Amino acid sequence: MTRLRKIVSNQIFIPVAALLLLALFNLIADPSFYKITLDTNSAGNPVLSGYLITILDSGAELAILAIGMTLVTAASGGQDISVGAAIAISGSVMLRLLCGPDANSQTLLMPIACAFLIAMVVSMLFGAFNGILVAVFQIQPMIATLILYTAGRSIAAWINQNQLPVVVDPTFAYFGGYIPGCAVPTPFIIAVICMIIIGLVLKFTNLGLYTQCVGINERSSRLNGLNPTFIKILAFVIMGICVSVAALIKVSRISSINYSVIAQNIEMDAILAVALGGNVLSGGKFNVWGSVIGAYVIQFLTTTLFKFNVSSVALPAYKAVVVTLLVVASAPAVREKLSELSKRLKSKRSAKEVA
Amino acid sequence: MEHDVVLEMRHIDKSFPGVKALQNVDFTLRKGEIHALMGENGAGKSTLIKVLTGVYSKDEGDILLEGKAVAIRSPQDAQNLGIATVYQEITLCPNLSVAENMYIGRTRGASVNWKKMNAQADKILENLDIPATGKMQLGSCSLAVQQMIAIAWAVDMDRKVLILDEPTSSLDEQEVAKLFRLMRELKERGVGIVFVTHFFDQVYEASDRITVLRDGQLVGEYLIQDLPRVQLVSKMLGKELDDQADLRGEQPRYLPEEGAAPVIEAHQLQSDAGIYPFNFYINKGEVNGFTSLLGSGRSECVRAIFGADRVIGGTVKKNGKEIKIKKPLDAMKNGIAYLSEERKADGIIGDLSVRDNIILASQVLRGFMKPYSKAEANKLADEYIELLQVKTASRDTPIKSLSGGNQQKVIVARWLLMHPEYLILDEPTRGIDVGTKQEIQKLALQLASEGMSVTFISSETDEMLHTCSRLVVMRDRKMVGELTGEELTQNKIMSTIAGDAAV
Repeated sequence: MTRLRKIVSNQIFIPVAALLLLALFNLIADPSFYKITLDTNSAGNPVLSGYLITILDSGAELAILAIGMTLVTAASGGQDISVGAAIAISGSVMLRLLCGPDANSQTLLMPIACAFLIAMVVSMLFGAFNGILVAVFQIQPMIATLILYTAGRSIAAWINQNQLPVVVDPTFAYFGGYIPGCAVPTPFIIAVICMIIIGLVLKFTNLGLYTQCVGINERSSRLNGLNPTFIKILAFVIMGICVSVAALIKVSRISSINYSVIAQNIEMDAILAVALGGNVLSGGKFNVWGSVIGAYVIQFLTTTLFKFNVSSVALPAYKAVVVTLLVVASAPAVREKLSELSKRLKSKRSAKEVA
Repeated sequence: MEHDVVLEMRHIDKSFPGVKALQNVDFTLRKGEIHALMGENGAGKSTLIKVLTGVYSKDEGDILLEGKAVAIRSPQDAQNLGIATVYQEITLCPNLSVAENMYIGRTRGASVNWKKMNAQADKILENLDIPATGKMQLGSCSLAVQQMIAIAWAVDMDRKVLILDEPTSSLDEQEVAKLFRLMRELKERGVGIVFVTHFFDQVYEASDRITVLRDGQLVGEYLIQDLPRVQLVSKMLGKELDDQADLRGEQPRYLPEEGAAPVIEAHQLQSDAGIYPFNFYINKGEVNGFTSLLGSGRSECVRAIFGADRVIGGTVKKNGKEIKIKKPLDAMKNGIAYLSEERKADGIIGDLSVRDNIILASQVLRGFMKPYSKAEANKLADEYIELLQVKTASRDTPIKSLSGGNQQKVIVARWLLMHPEYLILDEPTRGIDVGTKQEIQKLALQLASEGMSVTFISSETDEMLHTCSRLVVMRDRKMVGELTGEELTQNKIMSTIAGDAAV
């Protein structure tokens, strides 16, 4: 009984339970959902395919962003809503570097790694910009990042003079597709690498402890020798790194960019992932794995709805219903009531046993 | 007598996972009395009050209001039944006007008659002799006045029961006197007042009756004249109190080398917190203290030494060598630890575990790239939980769920783990129980005897006299004197604070 309660009260219980419920629903509705086959794609490479693979593949960007969003939320007690726009900028920078000023170079103008790293630095600078507004000027995170949210896509278009560069070189498509000879979609591999890195960072540095301290009590943190300003900026800079990785996958998927729709509304899904992961959006304690699972819950849901031929127009409405249920179920007020209820049931039962 | 009883709580039980917070507790409040609720931290005072005000629901027992059984399920219920509460922290909104604060949540309908509201507020304030008007912004009033407004807010509309939970902890003496006048006034009108405080003087000055709790159980209810202080303390502790006066004599003294430079020496130090430049020194193994009225700059002095406020002038030397302290981390690197005055706002990291709270400072010193392993952290936490006898369910318990005294011990542990050369304890005994107060004083003396330098600050002069061998006296943010040896008496302190050389 106590073990059960321990599991139920665990932070990642709700997202995991949601994932399992979705999985169960699909299993009952149509077991073929779980069929994974080894096909050959148009380039003649072996690739895994199936709905599960689709989920792992298309959820990658969201999972990566959820990591950064978790840190931003924990440190600043607010959210970064400029993520989608920042991806547009980062992707645009990458394409500009690879395709040149006329956007029509037939060969790569520099190694992809090089373009990616420069785009990463740019993203980190934009992250630092957000971070400085929040930490130094004490602007509410949502307002501070609203600036970049509004301007970001214009900046992205401006970087390439509103042209649509297309990368012809097939190697660029590997990051959003498959590396020849590897049947697992690359985005998922990249997401796993990101998770491993953040896992190692959290284990071998004090990033977690410091971020939580600053998010919970900034004044105490300062008197304990921490620098809250720096730590908040750091969170936004890490968000910038996540943005650049997500941008690489996004632009690689189509080897091009559409400034106005790339990663549209992804910030909202990232925030939702953090919330579904059982993290408090007002900052403080966090569990990055909860957010990652939350991201895959969202993707699982989307893919399930697609599978059942819900039209893409109606999709958000269906999603909203499920999300409402999840958010309500994970609300502290509801969980408290539930645990009280179970306690009462238990005491009733034990009373009966005595009688 | 029975008809005088306004509130009766019978056989109240309340348990939390792993803890029986209240067991079979009775509490009786009569009309027009001030009834002190006493007990160590964790004895169940707060829980009892929270049961009464509907914050917690009781497991067993009855609550009778004027003889009728009532069910209190929420603070709103309690209010509607005429039970008003004023908490330690003022829960009003500082950026609204006094009248707005007083009428929050009790306007009928959608429209508000501001003029009438202000006039009513003025009338109530005038009746209670509170120096404020309805139109003033609450934040512009002094803390005491805010506290009184909170009380006025609570007692307006014929409350029968008023609960004051540590109302005096942030007030100075004059403000306390004002508050007491207000309490007596209410008492004469027949309001039953439950008074929770840690200050013995105030209990004996203000209350008629005392109920003592210990470990969640009722010890007894006494008329004030039947229970001398010593007995009250021993009832709260459940044991005879050591003679505090000998505290200092018991400890072996640490004798510093002759002619050694002071451990810390400040020269014309000044911060942006509005204190005048001051000089200060402390020797190895010495316990000294700052004394003054509340708000006269004693915290600001130590904060300047620790770099907690921005230093704008002066120098600090450590063992004779000049050091630069610009931020708390610099001070920590130089072996200075600072237990801050406001435990909740500046001390604890509420949601984090006891373990994380203990290791924090020394972890920060170790560096970002060198976290303690889980095993190391657990070991250190257990060691200090044991050393300081912290009462906690486990090292993983969030610190915010501990009682005040135990939270304070955790913070003390945090700084001890840093193995500082100079430990500043700024009001370490505020808002905690008598037993822990004594333990902390003893600890300060013991640490000093082992060669640590300690600065001890307390609002209670008694404590300062028991622990410090040298006192720096402040008045109006200025250092006005230094007392040692024979001069360490209540009278001398008072006269120095008052600036009266004659006494």
